[in-house]
Amino acid sequence: MSAVAPSVDKISGPTKKSEKILGMTDTLFYRIVSVFALFAIWEIAGRIPISVAFPTFSSTMGALWDMILDGRMFNAYAETLKPLAVGVSISAVFGVAIGVGMGLNRLMQWFWEPIFVVLQASPVAALIPLITYAYGIGLTAKTVAVIMLAAPIIVLNSYKAVRNANPSLIQMCQSFQGTRFQVIWQVIIPSAAPVIFAGLRLGVAAGFIGVILAELLITPTGVGDLISYHRSVAEYQYMYAAVFTVILFSAIMVGLLEVAEVKYFRPEKKKGH
Amino acid sequence: MSTAAVAQMPDQNASTEDNIVEVRNITKYYGEDIHALDSINLGFPTGQMTTLLGPSGCGKTTLLKIIAGLLETTEGEVLIHGKPVFGPGPERAFVFQDFALLPWATVIENVGFGLELTNKGTKPEREEKAKHYINEVGLGGFEYKYPHELSGGMRQRVGLARALAVNAEVLLMDEPFSAVDEQTRRKFQEDLLYLLANEKKSVIFVTHSIEEAVYVSDQIVLLSPRPGRIHSIIRPEISRDSTPDEIRRDKRYLDTVEEIWTNLRKYLD
Ligand SMILES: Nc1ncnc2c1ncn2[C@@H]1O[C@H](COP(=O)(O)OP(=O)(O)OP(=O)(O)O)[C@@H](O)[C@H]1O
Ligand SMILES: [Mg+2]
Repeated sequence: MSAVAPSVDKISGPTKKSEKILGMTDTLFYRIVSVFALFAIWEIAGRIPISVAFPTFSSTMGALWDMILDGRMFNAYAETLKPLAVGVSISAVFGVAIGVGMGLNRLMQWFWEPIFVVLQASPVAALIPLITYAYGIGLTAKTVAVIMLAAPIIVLNSYKAVRNANPSLIQMCQSFQGTRFQVIWQVIIPSAAPVIFAGLRLGVAAGFIGVILAELLITPTGVGDLISYHRSVAEYQYMYAAVFTVILFSAIMVGLLEVAEVKYFRPEKKKGH
Repeated sequence: MSTAAVAQMPDQNASTEDNIVEVRNITKYYGEDIHALDSINLGFPTGQMTTLLGPSGCGKTTLLKIIAGLLETTEGEVLIHGKPVFGPGPERAFVFQDFALLPWATVIENVGFGLELTNKGTKPEREEKAKHYINEVGLGGFEYKYPHELSGGMRQRVGLARALAVNAEVLLMDEPFSAVDEQTRRKFQEDLLYLLANEKKSVIFVTHSIEEAVYVSDQIVLLSPRPGRIHSIIRPEISRDSTPDEIRRDKRYLDTVEEIWTNLRKYLD
């Protein structure tokens, strides 16, 4: 029994379809084009050359291949990924929890906000050598460096995300007798998810910087050592190959986070990009 | 004075047996010095449509949210079926001016959200019910769309279906049609009247449009500017048997619109 004639206001045509180019979606196509353009510019800049310390793209890839074959790259990452994984996991779990707590509870906010604002504003690179006084030069020191860079970003983003959750949606949930628990889990968290995830992505990237900084400044090990060693012996293509893998790795992790976000929190973003 | 409209003293209207909602002596301050509402006494008759009309900022939304239990009063109380209530309850459902749809949920999930929160029935039962009301508001076929894929008018229908789905006796609507164009708005008004006749709801409705108020209401409450007080209560008493076009040409209809306009105009200066 349709009481109301389906006079549904017409939406102009079917939702805008993305174009196909060479059998892939147009966004994917343009992304690939953009990456290739960057590599081409790199190659040209290396050939000019803009600096003796700037290798071409092709020689960098050759160096990368060498290091993969002789196992140096693998060993370096085995070293670097440990503190990174531990540090990022701790920052993510506690960072999101503390940030969300700050958004929901004034006491939590008063307690934590100054700490993380100061951390975020401080020149962490200058503080990293100080870590060695407290934690020596082992795994712990590197992990602490990762946390110092990643946690403030994750905490402050989560906090802002929760604070800015749409008040109208919260009232809606309350008006349908949602409990405080339901308001938090069914409205505040999903509505904060995009900004929380943006914080996580930035946090992961910052964690990478943290671990590399620690390896450059505290203990010459892992990928940081690949970078500093090859710079010191002027094998710049090897140095850039190591930097290149850092960027690549960081981008892959950021991409995976984006996939997880859309899959578990924001299904509406799946359709129509 | 027009014969069509019967102005009553507010107190006569309050505390009748068949008022589903009553507000007694409601005063609301925001903070120390923003005096939004001043001693409002009102009755909302069961099965009728009451409209709150008044200049911008006079406290219409505030009063509606107080009735919904979303805002606390500074003084006074809200009674449902004669009993004081504190906070939201299952007898009342709110239709939001900005729709308040969950952007990450499909139409069917949004419509079933109220049922899900109170855990009414099994999941298939809730979906069944949601589907029923989606059809009722004319959105059949859009069950699995997301809000951003709908037009403003369609989104408002989702908000209406969600409020209908919890089967509350009282619908509280805050300017529900302000986001749609004039043609759609007229269509909605008729749809709403039709739904109300079928579903036997009591409605408290906020609008800025005098024409809309006179067209849909059994009772119109005129509020004065801040602090909001009851200026007068008008019962248009327009027969609903005629066609919409006849009603809009009806002398009583036009006189009532004119009378309210005269009353409101003095607040404009
Ligand atoms: N959260 C708030 N804090 C402080 N003042 C508020 C708040 N909400 C509303 N007010 C004030 O209270 C008064 C009444 O607001 P309300 O939103 O109820 O008006 P309204 O009649 O719904 O207006 P409109 O027709 O423009 O929607 C206004 O003067 C407004 O500035
Ligand atoms: Mg309002």
